Amino acid sequence: MILIGERINGSFKDIAQAIKERNKAPIQEWARRQTEAGADYLDVNLGAVSKSADDFRWLIQTVCEAVPTPISIDYNKLDLMKAGLEAYREFGGGRPVIINSTTAEDSKLIPLVELAVQYNAGLIGVVMDERGSPQDVDRRVELGAKIFAVASEAGLTPDRIYLDPIVMPLKFMQEQAKNVLEAIRQFAMISDPPPHISIGLSNICSKAQEKSLINRTFLVMAMAMGCDTAICNVCDQELMNAVATAELILNKEIYSDSYLKAYRKRG
Amino acid sequence: MPVTLPDVKKTWPNAINTVTLGATRDEGGTRTKKVTVGGATALPFHHFEGAMPYPPAIAMEVWDVAPQDWPDVLAEHFRDVWHDPGLWAKKCVEQYGADLICLRLAGCDPVKENRGPQEAAQAVKRVLESVGVPLIVWGTGNDDKDNEIFPAVAEAAAGENCLLGTITEDNYKTLVALCTAYKHKVIAESPCDVNIAKQVNILATDMGFKPEDVVIYPTSAALGYGLEYVYSVMERARLAALRGDKMLSQPMICDIGIEVWGVKEAKASERELPEWGEQKERGPLWEATTAYVYLLAGADILVLRHPKAVASVRETITQLMGDGLR
Repeated sequence: MILIGERINGSFKDIAQAIKERNKAPIQEWARRQTEAGADYLDVNLGAVSKSADDFRWLIQTVCEAVPTPISIDYNKLDLMKAGLEAYREFGGGRPVIINSTTAEDSKLIPLVELAVQYNAGLIGVVMDERGSPQDVDRRVELGAKIFAVASEAGLTPDRIYLDPIVMPLKFMQEQAKNVLEAIRQFAMISDPPPHISIGLSNICSKAQEKSLINRTFLVMAMAMGCDTAICNVCDQELMNAVATAELILNKEIYSDSYLKAYRKRG
Repeated sequence: MPVTLPDVKKTWPNAINTVTLGATRDEGGTRTKKVTVGGATALPFHHFEGAMPYPPAIAMEVWDVAPQDWPDVLAEHFRDVWHDPGLWAKKCVEQYGADLICLRLAGCDPVKENRGPQEAAQAVKRVLESVGVPLIVWGTGNDDKDNEIFPAVAEAAAGENCLLGTITEDNYKTLVALCTAYKHKVIAESPCDVNIAKQVNILATDMGFKPEDVVIYPTSAALGYGLEYVYSVMERARLAALRGDKMLSQPMICDIGIEVWGVKEAKASERELPEWGEQKERGPLWEATTAYVYLLAGADILVLRHPKAVASVRETITQLMGDGLR
């Protein structure tokens, strides 16, 4: 399972404030905490705090200085994504990188695929387009197949393509959770070997009471369908334990009595 | 029309740990040679898929007492020296080209001579002063006895960067602490069980021991006596390691001589079983054939007894390494 730590995101108050004040400490603290918790990548997102390439550059530099963990560069505008990749090339010293994300819309998909090729990056493709987010399985799969086809055509191998079926809040769109699971199952059949299948997990528990329980239950079900990547709260210990256990049940890791310890030491 | 075959080469995200045994004078020991194993980034001898930077190493077995039950075809090569582990080790290195010496403290076994810690330490010192290659010291397998003798053994070999074993799921604390204190590497034993192999490594590293200082002993079996079962355990461990499992990424040691020379295919003379052919050919062949299989399963260190088996396995390693041999 590829775990992407979600916490360095300008939509969290402490991160927003740190970006505004150019205060490295809280950002680097989260970089370390998520790395220690087992994050394979750290998502780095300016959020709505800033539209400045300089701020994004500073944020990426700040994270790269703190930990050797690779990052997933998260922004929805092309120019800033490019600035972010440039900064990462300078400060990341050749670590792997994921672009988070493109949609299936040609005007986004084509230039972002080009960037992924140019910067040797992975690319998360979210299955929405100019018509918005899909409400059923077929539309999700259709857009997933389109993203996969365009990315493959440009030379991205399946291990650099991450399809995201768009997880929606259980509390408000309860029927979508099942559609997402079915879409994951079908994404896994798009190619052999399949692309990565990535979810933004925390959407599932939006505004709900039992956030942690909903998160881990859904993630385990998604894993059973073929999901192998999640942007999530890696500091949620019970979530990590559930992932470690699901990996055993899916026979992806070898059992040992102290498997939870082994999972924590896996990095 | 020409058909283009797809590239089916497999690349793996993780490498097997590299373990170096022995320490020279500069490093606080007295070894004149060091041996490094591991480091593979692909399955054994898949040179087309990844690197295998170090060839598997051959350790020859030496005892602290003269063995009573070795068949003549084996004993005849060592009878002149086995009263002294130092001379025995010297013969293995100088005459038979052993990369390492594996000193088995058979004399300390409570069911044999039940020798004590000082005698064990003395045997270790004798070997260390007689040869320049790195040393493996293998205990009795009796938990209480091993915990009694290893403090003296680890101290006697302090600074020499030896490989001491074995630890098991039920008995690891003493030897792990000693290896930490005296800077030795440790052999982690599991009973032909990949889950327990992983568990022992977790237990050892949980004490702060570095996973890079462990060598896995997955148990060995002779050809015809469960070898294919061990093979599948080793294969599974190696595949998991190459996929990224850090608790199975250790090099593996196979203790072959002791298994092979305990089965009738090697032990029985042609007087007992004339239809099986000459024992002096059959015995070493059984040992070497067992070793070949473990090489393919991913063995990094092979503990052998018969000089002919050693020569044959050496030649096989050279052939299998091909241009990969540095």
